[in-house]
Formats: sequence, structure tokens, C-alpha cells
Amino acid sequence: MKIHEYQAKDLLRSAGVPVLAGRVARTADEAAAAFTALGTPICAVKAQIHAGGRGKGQVKGTEQRGVELARSADDARRIAAALLGGTLVTIQTGPAGQLVRQVFVESGCAIQRELYCAVLVDRRVGSPVLIASTAGGVNIEEVAERTPDLILAEPFDPDRGLAGWQARLLASKLDLPTASWRHAESFFRRLCAAFVDLDASLLEINPLVLTGEGTLVALDAKMTFDDNALFRHKEIASLRDEAEEEPAEIRAAAAGLSYVKLDGTIGCLVNGAGLAMSTMDLVKLHGGEPANFLDVGGGADVGQVTEAFRIILSDPNVKAILVNIFGGIMRCTTIATALVEASKTVGFTVPLVVRLEGTEVAEGKRILAESGTAIITADGLTDAAKKVVAAARSAV
Amino acid sequence: MSILVDRDTRVICQGITGKVGEFHTRGCLDYGTRMVGGVTPGKGGETVAGLPVFNTVAEARDATGANATMIFVPPAFAADAILEAVGAGIELVVAITEGIPVIDMARVLPVVRDSGSRLIGPNCPGVITPAECKIGIMPGYIHAPGHVGVMSRSGTLTYEAVWQLTQLGRGQSSCVGLGGDPLVGSSFIDILALFEADPDTHAILMMGEIGGSAEEEAADYVRQHVTKPVAAFIAGRTAPPGKRMGHAGAIISGGKGTAAAKLTALADAGIEIAESPADMGAALVRAIERRASARGR
Repeated sequence: MKIHEYQAKDLLRSAGVPVLAGRVARTADEAAAAFTALGTPICAVKAQIHAGGRGKGQVKGTEQRGVELARSADDARRIAAALLGGTLVTIQTGPAGQLVRQVFVESGCAIQRELYCAVLVDRRVGSPVLIASTAGGVNIEEVAERTPDLILAEPFDPDRGLAGWQARLLASKLDLPTASWRHAESFFRRLCAAFVDLDASLLEINPLVLTGEGTLVALDAKMTFDDNALFRHKEIASLRDEAEEEPAEIRAAAAGLSYVKLDGTIGCLVNGAGLAMSTMDLVKLHGGEPANFLDVGGGADVGQVTEAFRIILSDPNVKAILVNIFGGIMRCTTIATALVEASKTVGFTVPLVVRLEGTEVAEGKRILAESGTAIITADGLTDAAKKVVAAARSAV
Repeated sequence: MSILVDRDTRVICQGITGKVGEFHTRGCLDYGTRMVGGVTPGKGGETVAGLPVFNTVAEARDATGANATMIFVPPAFAADAILEAVGAGIELVVAITEGIPVIDMARVLPVVRDSGSRLIGPNCPGVITPAECKIGIMPGYIHAPGHVGVMSRSGTLTYEAVWQLTQLGRGQSSCVGLGGDPLVGSSFIDILALFEADPDTHAILMMGEIGGSAEEEAADYVRQHVTKPVAAFIAGRTAPPGKRMGHAGAIISGGKGTAAAKLTALADAGIEIAESPADMGAALVRAIERRASARGR
């Protein structure tokens, strides 16, 4: 789960990680008032969307950047007016961009140096790791690609946390002035503790700033959370901003389905994540474009499968649907019954290609045949892919 | 021979009194697995599927001589269940549970590493040696005894591959589901080492997916240490970056973990690539034939 920058900063502040004072605003007047209330000579007005690259991003049809400095309350009002209600396109949003519904007005600080740090779980090591680099404020992936020597990493045990010496080692390698080391030690250790305590999956500070006073401050903060751990963090779960998410994905999650919307024309309904991904690949291999990833899971019932069909059909781009089931725990009869049910209650407006294999396959096929539902049956994966691609083409 | 499990493996189920745990315990019994008991704290003394239920793993092990466990405990308590099994000295711990928080697994893995136990999963279909022992949720009938070792990060994709192999007349020595989470107990490399050492495994089929670098590491390992023919399939060539594709571990982040990078690494290591999910069984056969013709020269 993703959250906004201003929410991440609230969490960091509570965890004792230094951030600058700031206020969220949903109107231009609120932004002007925030500037006045903060009482600093300069503020940054930052669009709040669930995507990075805002500083270089641009509001559609204007010259407005996603982040701009304001030197007066009127300045803040003007920038906020240009951002709010606009569609911000960044390197991470794709060409469609994302609607800006709120801005964060944050006081400025004297910047001595810009650094980078992040906490994430290193799969290879099997533990969380603090990553840091002297290359701050830039695309860290490019740094990792071109100059991997500039990336420092310190793995740590979740219960013991980052050791003091590890923090000092990083401070030294980042060439921080020795007078700042105690501060840096506190900053890094608290950041790592927050990552573990909040069950984050990514905590990225880019840039991490060494201020004129020699302290470290998180100038930006990107935080995502482990969905599997939200059950023990009700306060974090409540930060979810559904306006930033795909409506069909929210609906699928509520039904216990795993769905990701894509841009193609062939809807896919599959059991199992690996098989669902492979089915998308198969469609593409045969010249089609998948409209979605959808895993109904191993234990889905008729109601869930019917909802899955509804979600796929709610996408106006869908020209044909491929159902690919390898029945293990999921019985082919469940899918067949749901299919018949869905055709009655939802009504299929596009061709439906069905490939069933596995548990109770013969009985499943019989249910489909006897129901008289208009479906195209397929034998094997390749046959199914060819048929659904052809069906989508002729439907266009 | 086989790896990890055989007809003598004595298995308990942690979470046996739950609906899912009971259902799959019966499935394993039907397959012929030597299920010897179950564990649910507070329900010791009960009987499920004809098997005795114990309060703790240690009691279950002492009473039944179990050397393997299958875990269906809900995600919030599953990490503790794994630690309990390891603490009781169970040799093989198979965690089926999906949805365990990553940080919990980061706490569990060092403990497993320093123990004599081996962990498979979590979020996996389990382990099977056809016609001998099934620990997990896979449909038994699609398997056939034979000489192909199968390992995968995905469940149903494994069924698909196994079914193709069986229809091609290529039975399996053992099939291992590694699990779809970012942190799992056993990697491709761990299982490759076992298959390489198993005289009954003559070829290896692996199914990977986007996210992480386990496939790239496996490719390196195959190049250096594996003499048997290997074929591979990678799911997620069309997956968009930054989106979690069902499995918690299946995500391309920061340009890392793409299918393209994995396929290149695998092909460079001399591994036969299945171009489509319909081609997995055939790719394994090609890998074997290619090796045979190279020997014939």
C-alpha cells in the first residue's frame, strides 16, 4: 500500500526522524494560509500524488512543475491554484498522469548537501537493509546502474536494529562532518526502527539533506507498506487514499481477488498468480494484448468468480475473455457453475474462450455444455490463446 | 530415490483442526502420505481425520516420530509456528500459508539457517515425490513417478508444467514449490544442489517469475555446479513495472527483476528456455535431447 508524502512525514516525525514543518492544503487559500502559518521566508509547494518524479513532472497543458518554491503567501496561492485540479504527468505516472487533489506546503531549509537513503528488504540477504549514497536528488536506479560503488548498504537484524557502528560507518563513507555523526547515528537508527515497527516495504528519502546547521533532514519521503502486515496496523490502513487507486482494483481487493488493470483488449480470468502472468504472456505471444491480470485464487467460490467476471466486463476495452483454469484446489465444476451463473446475471457481451483442465474437468465441461451458454471451448493453452486473439480481432 | 520426502517420511499438520488444514490432511492421506498427527494449541487430545491432535509440536514429535510438518496456520501466527517446528527439531518444515508479513520471515530465516531444519515456502503448494509422499495442496493425480526434478515459485503454473511432463511420458522424481513471497526458506540454488546430488533425478525443470534475482543466481549456480540438463520458464514477460502481480514477491521495482533479464541470464548459462507456458514440458525434452546429441558427438 502506498501513502502520500505528507502522511509519510507525519509517521516519520512520530518516530523521531527529523522532517521539516509543513501543512497539507486542498484549496489555494489553504495553501496561502499554510505559508503564513509556517512563518518561514520560503516554502516548497508540492503536489501530493502516489507517484515519484514530481519535481520534473508537469501539469498537463501548462508549464507548471509538480514542486515549486514559494516566497510569499500569494506565491503559494498561485502555485497551489495551478496544481490543484490539474493532471500531473511524471516519469512514473505514464502519459495519462494523475489528478492533483492536495498539495503539501513545507518550510524551506539551508541545504549544504543532498544525499540519498532508503530502507528495504534485501531478498538475497534475507533481512532489511539500509542503502545510502552521496548521489542525492537524482534517479537512484541510474546511479546503481552506472556507478554501483556509490551505493552503500548495511543489512540489519529486525529486532536488534541498525547498530551504532553501522550508522557511523555510513556517516564516514558519506563524508559527513564528524560534528554531524551523532545526529546521523540517531537519524539512521530511528529510520531503520520505523521501517521495522511500521512493517514498511520501502522507506525512501531522496533527497536526504545535510542542512546548513549540520543536521540531517528528510526532504522527501516515499513510503510503501507490506499489505500482508496491515492487519496489525489499523492506523496505517486508514491512510489509504482510494482516489489514487484504480477503482476496479479496489473492487477486486474487496472481493478477495487479485487484479491489475492493463491496457489491452483481452480479459483474463485465471487461478494462481504464476499461471495468470503466464496466460497474459501467452496472449501477447499470439498477437493479442491482455486487458488485465486476474488471479481468482485457489479457494474462490461461485460468488467471487461471478464478481471477477463483472470486474473484467466493466472494462470497456475488453473485446474478448479468456478463462484459463488448472483445477487443483479450485474445482473445474466451481468455475463452470460460476460461468453459467455469470452469463445469467451479468450477461456476456463479448466472446468467451474457456480452457479447463484438472480437478473435475469432465464434470465441468458437461455443466458448460448442458447450460447452453455461448462459449468457445479450447483444448490446451495454445489453442485457447489463438481462439481468444481471433475472437477479439473479429469483435473490433 | 528422490529429494526431501519419500514413503518413509512421517508428517504432521500444524493447523490440522482448521477447515483448510483438515481438508488437505485428508488429501495427503488419500495420496498415501504417512500422516501421523496434527498440532493445534489447546486442542490436544482431539482426533481429526483419524489422526491424534497434540498441543505442541514437541509433543507430537515425541509421540509420533514425525520428521516433517505441513503448516496451515493463519498468517498472523505462522512465523511462530515455523519457529516452533524448528525448535522441536523437525527436519523438513513445509509452510503453505499465504500472507505472512515479510518482517516476520526476516526474523525466522536466521533461526532456520542456524538449525538442522530445512524450510520450504511459505506461500507455496508444497513438496511431492510421486507415488510416495505428498505434503501440500497440489492435485496428486497429475503427477507420475520418474526422473525429472521440478521446482517453481508458483503453484498452478507448476501443475501446468507437471501435467505437460506426465502427458509427454516424463515422470517426476520430486516437485518442490518454493513459494511466491519475497523471503522464502529455500531458493532455487538450494533445491538445484539436492537434484544434482540425487541419482534418480536426470533432468531439472524450473519455473521462475518476475521480481528479485533468484533466477539469475540460479543461472550462475547451474553454470558452475549442475551437470544435468535444465530447462526453464519465466512468467511475467508482459507484467508492467511497479505492480504486484498476485504474489507478494512478483514485482518489478526500480527496473530490477524483469523477465527479460532473467531469461538472458538463464539462456547464457546454457539452460533451455520455454518460450510459452505451453512449451514447458517440451523444453525439458529438448534440454535432454540436446545433451544426448552433444554426448553422441
